[in-house]
Amino acid sequence: MLAKRIVPCLDVDKGRVVKGKKFQNIRDVADPVELAKRYNEAGADELVFYDITASNEERDIFLDVVENVAKEIAIPFTVGGGIRTVEDIHKVLRSGADKVSINSAAVDNPQLITDSALKFGSQCIVLSIDAKEVAPKRWNVFTRGGRNDTGIDAIEWAKKGEQLGAGEIVINAMDSDGEKDGYNLPLTKIIADTVNIPVVASGGAGTREHFSAVLKEGADAALAASVFHYDEINIMELKKYLQEEDIIVRRENEWK
Amino acid sequence: MIAIIDYGAGNIKSLQFALDKLNKESVLTTDPQVIRDSDSIILPGVGAFKDAMDAINDLGLAGVLKQEAAAGKPILGICLGMQLFYERSYEDGDWEGLGLLKGNVRKIKDTVKVPHMGWNTITKNKENPLMNDLPDDVYVYFVHSYAVGSLEEDSLVGSTQYGGVVPAIVQQGNITGMQFHPEKSGDIGIKLLKNYGEMIS
Repeated sequence: MLAKRIVPCLDVDKGRVVKGKKFQNIRDVADPVELAKRYNEAGADELVFYDITASNEERDIFLDVVENVAKEIAIPFTVGGGIRTVEDIHKVLRSGADKVSINSAAVDNPQLITDSALKFGSQCIVLSIDAKEVAPKRWNVFTRGGRNDTGIDAIEWAKKGEQLGAGEIVINAMDSDGEKDGYNLPLTKIIADTVNIPVVASGGAGTREHFSAVLKEGADAALAASVFHYDEINIMELKKYLQEEDIIVRRENEWK
Repeated sequence: MIAIIDYGAGNIKSLQFALDKLNKESVLTTDPQVIRDSDSIILPGVGAFKDAMDAINDLGLAGVLKQEAAAGKPILGICLGMQLFYERSYEDGDWEGLGLLKGNVRKIKDTVKVPHMGWNTITKNKENPLMNDLPDDVYVYFVHSYAVGSLEEDSLVGSTQYGGVVPAIVQQGNITGMQFHPEKSGDIGIKLLKNYGEMIS
């Protein structure tokens, strides 16, 4: 049986991992390669790295990080942030990333999804959606790190992203991001019921019950950052708990 | 020396890093002479079947791969690389593959989410040294939308369940295929590559 995935996310700035609360007050945490190794050993199923600054000079530092991570760990990882062209995608894949996450650039230029999916395969094109509830049960897509309301309906955008060729959707609920009050269950459920590609829930993880709830609501994977960085939740213990909750998870560590 | 066929885009680096961990020397190449001189060949792959076959044909490598296969050189296909071994693929059309193995490649039924993405278990279909020291139902990482069908039953070493039976490991003589990514499947994947290396040496 296909396992539900636990995905730690690392925001990287100038080669270092940081974690912001609601995208502000960013503070330094650790070396990305060290953190990646630690998460791998703890049983993370995948990793996500977001390059949060992505000026041209810093881009090269980030590509080095990607390559060093690929060298150290043998689990899949996604890279996002500052991806604007097919060539950007090519570079991170060649550096050792398995998937690329596109956010603002896909809204500006939806053709980028199709072009890159045709070139590299849908399986490595992840559409990342920052969504915020602007009216009851109405979520809009935000871009530019959450500063710009595009007016686009998030559910429609997810559907369109799938048609354009995205192989996975990350739905980041901005209202709950950094609050540790739980994932946005209604939004995640609607998206998961609407598309026939994997859906990764993001934003709001605070307790292990939050993971259980969103995975039971239909998410294929649950992404979180600070609860893992600050060791508030141990991935190995989380997976043991999820298994007790009858959620199928990979527990490879027991093999050795 | 292992020749990794570098016919286009995708993450090949992770495969090289995995081989490095096993102290296996490898080279990314499209040079027919390097391929002929190698001890074994790995055909990696992500992306579309047609694009991959076009690239292999444009590089003049289809003939080389068929000759090396016929001569008995061990060839490992990973993900799309495994699918390319078969006679035909129905991925957005009807395309001819390398035809090293009997069978074809079809879309996974949409009763499940496609792509099949994530960690799934391998059930042993028969005893094989590739699975040495590995228990049943180990998790490996899959990312694919198409799967092999109509294959020769005897070639099926391991399979997984996703909208039906999905061949995960196949082997016929010197030809071996892995539908999942061993280079991305943690310690289990490294162990599978190690077993493969011991098997062909």
